[in-house]
Amino acid sequence: MGMKKTTSKRMFTFGLVLLILVLAACAPLYAPVYTVILLTSILMYMTIAVSWALFSGPTGYISLASAAFFGAGIYTSAMLGKALPLPLVIVVGALASFCLALLVGALTLRLKGIYFVMFTFGLVELLLHFILWWEVTICGTTGRVVPPAGNATVFYAMLIILVILVLTVFIIRRSRYGLALFSIGENEEAAAHAGVYVTVLKIIIFAVSALFMGAAGAAMATRWTYIDPRIAFNPLISFMPVLMAIFGGIRPLYGPIIGAAIFTYLEEFLITRFPYYYMLIFGIIMVVAILYMPDGLVGLIQRLWKGISGRKHADT
Amino acid sequence: MREACSLDLRGEDAAHTKGFSSPGATTPVVMGSYMMVTILDVVISGLLLGGIYAVTAVGLSLQYGVARVLNIAHGEFIMLGAFITYSLYTRLGINPLISFAICGPVVFAVGFVLYRTLFTRLRTSSPTAGAFEGNSMLACFGLLFIIQNVAILIWGADIKGYTYLAFPVDLWGARFAANRLVTLGFALAICLVFYLFLANTRLGKAIRAAAQDPDTAGLMGVRINQVLALCFGFGALMAGLGGALISISYKIQPTMGLEYTMIALIVIVLGGLGSIPGSFVGGLVLGLVGSIVTHIEPGLSLVAYYVIFMLLLLIKPTGILGK
Repeated sequence: MGMKKTTSKRMFTFGLVLLILVLAACAPLYAPVYTVILLTSILMYMTIAVSWALFSGPTGYISLASAAFFGAGIYTSAMLGKALPLPLVIVVGALASFCLALLVGALTLRLKGIYFVMFTFGLVELLLHFILWWEVTICGTTGRVVPPAGNATVFYAMLIILVILVLTVFIIRRSRYGLALFSIGENEEAAAHAGVYVTVLKIIIFAVSALFMGAAGAAMATRWTYIDPRIAFNPLISFMPVLMAIFGGIRPLYGPIIGAAIFTYLEEFLITRFPYYYMLIFGIIMVVAILYMPDGLVGLIQRLWKGISGRKHADT
Repeated sequence: MREACSLDLRGEDAAHTKGFSSPGATTPVVMGSYMMVTILDVVISGLLLGGIYAVTAVGLSLQYGVARVLNIAHGEFIMLGAFITYSLYTRLGINPLISFAICGPVVFAVGFVLYRTLFTRLRTSSPTAGAFEGNSMLACFGLLFIIQNVAILIWGADIKGYTYLAFPVDLWGARFAANRLVTLGFALAICLVFYLFLANTRLGKAIRAAAQDPDTAGLMGVRINQVLALCFGFGALMAGLGGALISISYKIQPTMGLEYTMIALIVIVLGGLGSIPGSFVGGLVLGLVGSIVTHIEPGLSLVAYYVIFMLLLLIKPTGILGK
C-alpha cells in the first residue's frame, strides 16, 4: 500500500506548494498594498527562520548571530544602494554575510553549547556598538538613507530569496551532507569518527545560512529607507527566528515557515493595538511552547492527528 | 515591537559614570599630583562600577554554576529590584537601603517559585543535562519578554530616576557622589555575606555539593530540587539587590535588563563559569577596564567589553581564575 500512497501524497504536497507559490507570486496584482507589505514581512521572517533552522535545527548549536548577518546585509545595501542595481546589491550583501559567517564560524565552531550561544550573541552586540561608535565619532552622523525600491519589487526579491533558500535547504537535507549534519547533532564525536568533516561542514552550512540572512537584509533595507545601527542590528532579529522555528517545529522544513507566518501575522495584528501585550504574549507562548510542545506546532498537530485517526501507535 | 525592545544601552551613560568627578574639578598644583588624581579617579570609578557588576554576576554565576540555568532573564530581575526600590522610595518614601529588606525577598520568591514550577519540570523532562541547558535558556528568553513587558505595563516605558545621597565626597582629591560610595560598600558587603554563607553554613555546603554534582549530592541526602530552587532564588536575590543598588546611582528603565545580563555574562566568563569568587573578581576587573576605556575613549567601553568577552571565549574559555 505504501508506494502508491506516498506517491500520491507527494504529488498532493507538490501541487499544494505550487498553488501557494503561484497565489503568492500574483499577490501584488490583486492584493491591496498593505497586504503586500505584510506578506513581505512574513517572507522576511520565513527566510530568517528557515536559514536559522538550516544550521541550528540539525546540529543543535543555537546561534544568536542572525541579527549580525541580517544587519551586514542591511549595511551593504545602505552603502552600495546608490551605486549598484538591486539584484547586485542583494548578491553583494549575501556574500558579505557569507564571508562574515566564514570568519565567525572558523573562530567559534570549536566552542560548544552555551559558549557558542554567548559568542554569537556577543557578536551582534559588538557589531552594533562598534558601528554606533564609528558613526558617532568618525562619521559624525548616525544612520543612513537607503535608496527605496517599490513595494512590489521588494516583495518579489524576498519571494525569490525564500524560494531559492527552500530549494537549497531541501537539497542539502536530501543529500549526504544533511545526514551528516544530523549526525553532528546526535553525537559530534561519533560523527567525526564515522568520517564526517565535522568542522568544515559546520562552517560551510553556517555560512550558507548566513548568506540568505544577508540577502534578506539587503533586500529589506530598501523598504525601510532609513537605517541606523540599532535598526540594523536589532537583537530581536536574533531571538524571533529561534522562537518562530521552535514554535513551528525545528525538524521539518515547513515548521519554521509556519511559525514565521503565524508570528508575523500575530505581530501585525497585535502590535498596533497592544504593543506591550504583544511582547508579553510572545513570551508566554515561548515558555508554553518549550514546556509542552517539544516538536513544535507541527509535532503537536501530528500527535493530535494520530489521536483522532485512532491509530494505536501514536508515538509520544 | 521596536520601541518595546530597543535596548537602552548605557553606552552613553557609561561615559558619564564618573559623574562630576572630572579631573578638572580638582585644581592640580603639580603635574604629578594631577596624574595621581586622574589615576585614583579612574581606579575608584572602576571599582564603583565593578562592585555592581560583581553582585549581579555572582547571582548569575550561582544560577548557572549550580542550578544549570543560563538565565538570560537575569537582567530583568535586576530591573525588577531597581523598580521596586524606586517605587518604594518615590511613593512611600522608604529609604532605598532599607527597602533591600523588602525587594530582596520579593525577587527571591519570584525566582524560587519559577524554579520549582517551570525549571524543575524542564529538568525532569529533558533527556540530558545539555538538553536542559538549551531548553532552560530558551525558556529564559520567554521570561525576559514576560517580565520586561509586565514591568512596562506597570511602570511605563520611560526612563526613571531619583536622587538619594547625591552630595559629593572628597577622596584624596578625587570627588565622588556619596551614593556611589555607599553602593560600592553595600556591593562588597553583600558579596562577603554571601561568601560566608556558602563557606560556613550547612545549606551553603549543600549548595557547593550540588554545584559539583547534583545527582551524587542528591544520593548523599541533599534535597536536590529544594537546593537548586534555593540557588536560583538566591541568584535572583542578588540580581534584585544589584538592581536596588543600580537604582540609587543610575537612571533606570524597564528595557535596561538585557545589557546588564550581557555584562554579567561577560563577567562570569571572565571569572570562569560557575566560580563564585571568580565572578566577584571578574566584576571588579571588568569595572576597572570599563573605567579605563571610558577615560580614554568614552563611546568604546561596551565595545571593549565585548572584545574582551570574545577574545576570552576564544583563547581561555575557562576564565582568569579557571584551571
